Amino acid sequence: MIDQMRRAYAIAKKDVRIYYLKGAVVIFGILSPAFLFLAFMIGRDLPVDFLIAGLLGMTIFFASTSVAPVIAPTETQTRNLERLAAAPISITTILFGDVLASVFFGIVISLVPIILGMALGVTVTHPFILALGIVLAAFCFSAMGLIFSSAPTSMTSTVMMLSTMIKFPLVFISGIFIPVQELPSWGQALASISPLTYITDLCRYSFQGACHYPVMVDIGALTVFLAVFMAIAIKLHERSLPKRL
Amino acid sequence: MKNVIEVKELTKHYNGLTAVDHINFEVEEGEVFGFLGPNGAGKTTTVRMLTGVIKPSSGNVCVMGFDLGRDPIRAKEMMGVVPELSNAYTELSAWNNLQFMAELYGVPKRVAVSRAEELLTRFDLYDRKDHKVKTFSKGMKQKLITAMSLMNDPDILFLDEPTSGLDVRSARLIKEMVRELRDACKTIFLTTHYMDEASQLCNRVAIINHGRIAAIDAPEKLKMRIGGLQYVEVSFAAHVDVSDLSAMTGIAGVRASGDKIQLYTDEPDRTIRGLVDYSQSFGLEIVTLNTLTPTLEDVFVKLTEEV
Repeated sequence: MIDQMRRAYAIAKKDVRIYYLKGAVVIFGILSPAFLFLAFMIGRDLPVDFLIAGLLGMTIFFASTSVAPVIAPTETQTRNLERLAAAPISITTILFGDVLASVFFGIVISLVPIILGMALGVTVTHPFILALGIVLAAFCFSAMGLIFSSAPTSMTSTVMMLSTMIKFPLVFISGIFIPVQELPSWGQALASISPLTYITDLCRYSFQGACHYPVMVDIGALTVFLAVFMAIAIKLHERSLPKRL
Repeated sequence: MKNVIEVKELTKHYNGLTAVDHINFEVEEGEVFGFLGPNGAGKTTTVRMLTGVIKPSSGNVCVMGFDLGRDPIRAKEMMGVVPELSNAYTELSAWNNLQFMAELYGVPKRVAVSRAEELLTRFDLYDRKDHKVKTFSKGMKQKLITAMSLMNDPDILFLDEPTSGLDVRSARLIKEMVRELRDACKTIFLTTHYMDEASQLCNRVAIINHGRIAAIDAPEKLKMRIGGLQYVEVSFAAHVDVSDLSAMTGIAGVRASGDKIQLYTDEPDRTIRGLVDYSQSFGLEIVTLNTLTPTLEDVFVKLTEEV
């Protein structure tokens, strides 16, 4: 178990070295949320702490889901996957390594809106809850990214198109631009099935001290989503790996 | 000698087709075992099952006593693998590729550093250790991939087409390395299309065709098995009509190959006399004349045609 964790860490280091500066990661992980946020923010008179909380939730979401979907198709295309499959590591170890790389990326990029918010005078009233939420959400969204990357293809663009089709609608139903309590009842029902809703809610709590769901519900929901996404990702990758060799 | 690889009733089905059909064989400790077969015969599928890359539909594989199905991690730790189509990470340096392999196989850092230095020196890559692999030639990449497979000092090395597409010098270096490993009592499972290579390096070879093992034996014993396939190879100074030669007595078949003609026969002495008579009758100068025993390639062609 410890050996497998060490090997997962080795895979994560390799991913950091190779994939962080790939065009698809930069575009979908950093530029997309920034421009999307600017498009909605400009011209609207909203409190800064509300906006920063939404930006932070969206940044963790986009950044954490941008690395893993690049790794699997790229390694299928470059034929590195067979080498990993022949190594003394399980599929779970490979996936956990990819998740770790995505998590580091998500956490580091999430510091940007926090620093931006502090520069604009926003104070973090619950820093430990915020830190816990960021780490948990980064794991949860990285596991979600793994589900996207399980498509048995060597085309990164196919995986990115698939992930964008799911990610963008989630942004609009997760209380980033409109608070969940202001959504109609069907909108609130939809919001409750999006993991992004819970990290955004936690961010609002951390910055503004107010939230729609109790904090423990947010944390519990993110934990459940993480477990479900990881279990689905492992099953899907076990099925798709032989097709990608 | 103990068996280090034991394959029992190994089978793989793909979409209703049987790629590998209930094959059985053992590989002994310290031997170089060649695995030959035409394209699509099931070679790569077999190697992928032996290295734990894909799971068999049925049957089992034991590596160094570990069942690959039940204990894949322990079994894989004993192996080094050079997959046919795999690549090193081109965005990483040679050094980082080697260290990554060491980490995947749980090699301690200090050992990994000295082993990487030793292997890079052995494969003539030390000066390029910090260069990204994408700047390497095909030969350099193949040498690096081979070095990567040796980072865990494996007991068994799987080499899938290790010299394919390499220049003569690089191919010779890899063949020398195989001999050195054999001398060091390592077991080598070699898949190759080059019959000369298999003949020179292997203690035993298995020939697979249509997913089944057509023959397993030492190369020389396999050659003796098709002893009727002796041939006389002749080259004339001028062009000769091959059909004239096939009409000679005792000729089982004639094949033209470049400026040489090979006459398959059970009676080489009679064939040589016939060729000398023919050259005298038509005033043709004989440039070369050799009697040859069957090569491993002949065995391969015969066996893969038969099944």
